[in-house]
Amino acid sequence: MGNILMIVEHKDGALKKVSLPGISFAKQYTQKTGGEVHLLVMGHNLGAVVEQAKCYGAQKVFVADHESLGAYLTETYAQVAARVAKESGAEVVGAISTSMSKDLLPRLAAKLEAGMASDILSVTDQGWFTRPVWAGNAVVEVEITTPVKVVTVRGTEFEKAPKGDPASGQVNVDVAIDMGAVKKRFVRFEEIKSDRPELTEASVIVTGGRGTKGEEGFKLVEGLADLFNAAVGATRAAVDAGWVPNDLQVGQTGKVVAPDVYFAIGVSGAIQHLAGMKGSKIIVAINKDEEAPIFSVADYGLVADLFKAVPELVEEINKARAS
Amino acid sequence: MKILVCVKRVTDPDVKIKVKPDGSGVVTDGVDFKVNPFDEIAVEEALRIKEKLGGEVVVLSIGPQEATKEIRSGLAMGADRGILVKATEQLDPFGVANVMKKIVEQENPELIIMGKQAVDGDNNQAGQILAELLGVPQACFASKVEVGQDQKTASVAREVDGGFDHVEVDLPAVITADLRLNEPRYASLPGIMKAKKKPIQEIELASLSVDTQLKVVWHKMTEPAERQAGVRVPDVATLVAKLRDEAKVL
Repeated sequence: MGNILMIVEHKDGALKKVSLPGISFAKQYTQKTGGEVHLLVMGHNLGAVVEQAKCYGAQKVFVADHESLGAYLTETYAQVAARVAKESGAEVVGAISTSMSKDLLPRLAAKLEAGMASDILSVTDQGWFTRPVWAGNAVVEVEITTPVKVVTVRGTEFEKAPKGDPASGQVNVDVAIDMGAVKKRFVRFEEIKSDRPELTEASVIVTGGRGTKGEEGFKLVEGLADLFNAAVGATRAAVDAGWVPNDLQVGQTGKVVAPDVYFAIGVSGAIQHLAGMKGSKIIVAINKDEEAPIFSVADYGLVADLFKAVPELVEEINKARAS
Repeated sequence: MKILVCVKRVTDPDVKIKVKPDGSGVVTDGVDFKVNPFDEIAVEEALRIKEKLGGEVVVLSIGPQEATKEIRSGLAMGADRGILVKATEQLDPFGVANVMKKIVEQENPELIIMGKQAVDGDNNQAGQILAELLGVPQACFASKVEVGQDQKTASVAREVDGGFDHVEVDLPAVITADLRLNEPRYASLPGIMKAKKKPIQEIELASLSVDTQLKVVWHKMTEPAERQAGVRVPDVATLVAKLRDEAKVL
């Protein structure tokens, strides 16, 4: 007993890197309970994804590969995951916090009559979980009292799982979905295309805030990002102003990130923004307001006009790299 | 069509909240309470649907007597009537969903709209759990909602990683609102005056005989670890030198 079932995600025939810290969380948890680590992959034409999922030292990979799971629907995925959770003897069912798991896991928890903790940061000695509340201004220890426990896990709090031996065993799941009970149709996915890495996967992020004043400023942000093959992020103010698409938002209500280097350009540092990025290894802030709260978390702070400082920074970095 | 909207009374999201020294919760003395911002967006969306298709908007809150204020603010925006389920004890998302289910069974709305999460507990669970308990479809993190003319279905654009997921749900359904679904209106003065006369039905939680036993129990609360501020650099050249020699990231 004490098994843990982690739902892993994939895209374009590859396992998503964002799921890897979830495997580390599962290993850490089962070291205490003595149970097995199981992974669950759901979708259609999963051959390559399954092979990749088997490489991380989980005991078993449950595979639900079926036409009816080709497009994500909460209701179908929850049906399948609930069945696998019961069959696999899972004490904990979890996934890294993503827009899919935030949508799916509460419904799954309801099916399993399980208590759920969202966005957990760690496991305590008692087997409780810590999680952020009030936009990250407080952290609370929560105890789930039901036999089965459901969690979403904040990916930035756990290391990406390394590849490990031996290869996991594969269990094919019988996917019998009552489509009549679903009452929902997938229409289409409108992808926001970008040549840059995803925010949650990038090792460098350059974020623009209100101080960029719009398109011109964001061009400078993009220019700096080009030097590092970085992802571009934005504050809620910049997104609300319509300067950039909303999936670039970093913060408690957007994406929570922890890259190696985080450049905050013209970012004031509102509470909810800090909650989404203060786990970054190195934070660089450029802002002309020396009182800006972003400086209280920055490793390197430069009080300057970004419209002068960022082009100069790009030039100096190019020089430093050339020498 | 009849739409049920759920509003939660939460601490003012613009105030930096402090944890009590004994770790038993957060300090609420002197802190204002407001409608959860995501729920305000839900109210606005319900009103827009009603303005287009006609019907009734009912505002539900579960909380202390004071939550009447949050219901009134929904009524002042234009909702028709309110329901307050009086509860002073802490509920977890499962308990909240169980209470809502009871009210849904009494009211039989065609649509239930609520915020995707409350900005105090940050759980992001109650809407999804409610949908499962009711056996109806869910469309969470909505950034666009279009109810069909026949009022039997709704098309929803959901804000997800990497883009928008477009789905169509049969009604009744639960929709949870994301930030960019709309910009809530301000209540007009006549709206505020009218709201005073709109009915709010008060129900004692105990009278609903709902299972509210906690599946998730909160223990000690702490302030998050503070990150130490680093150094101020005087100019770009120094910054680049630090990034190259100290941080070694160039």
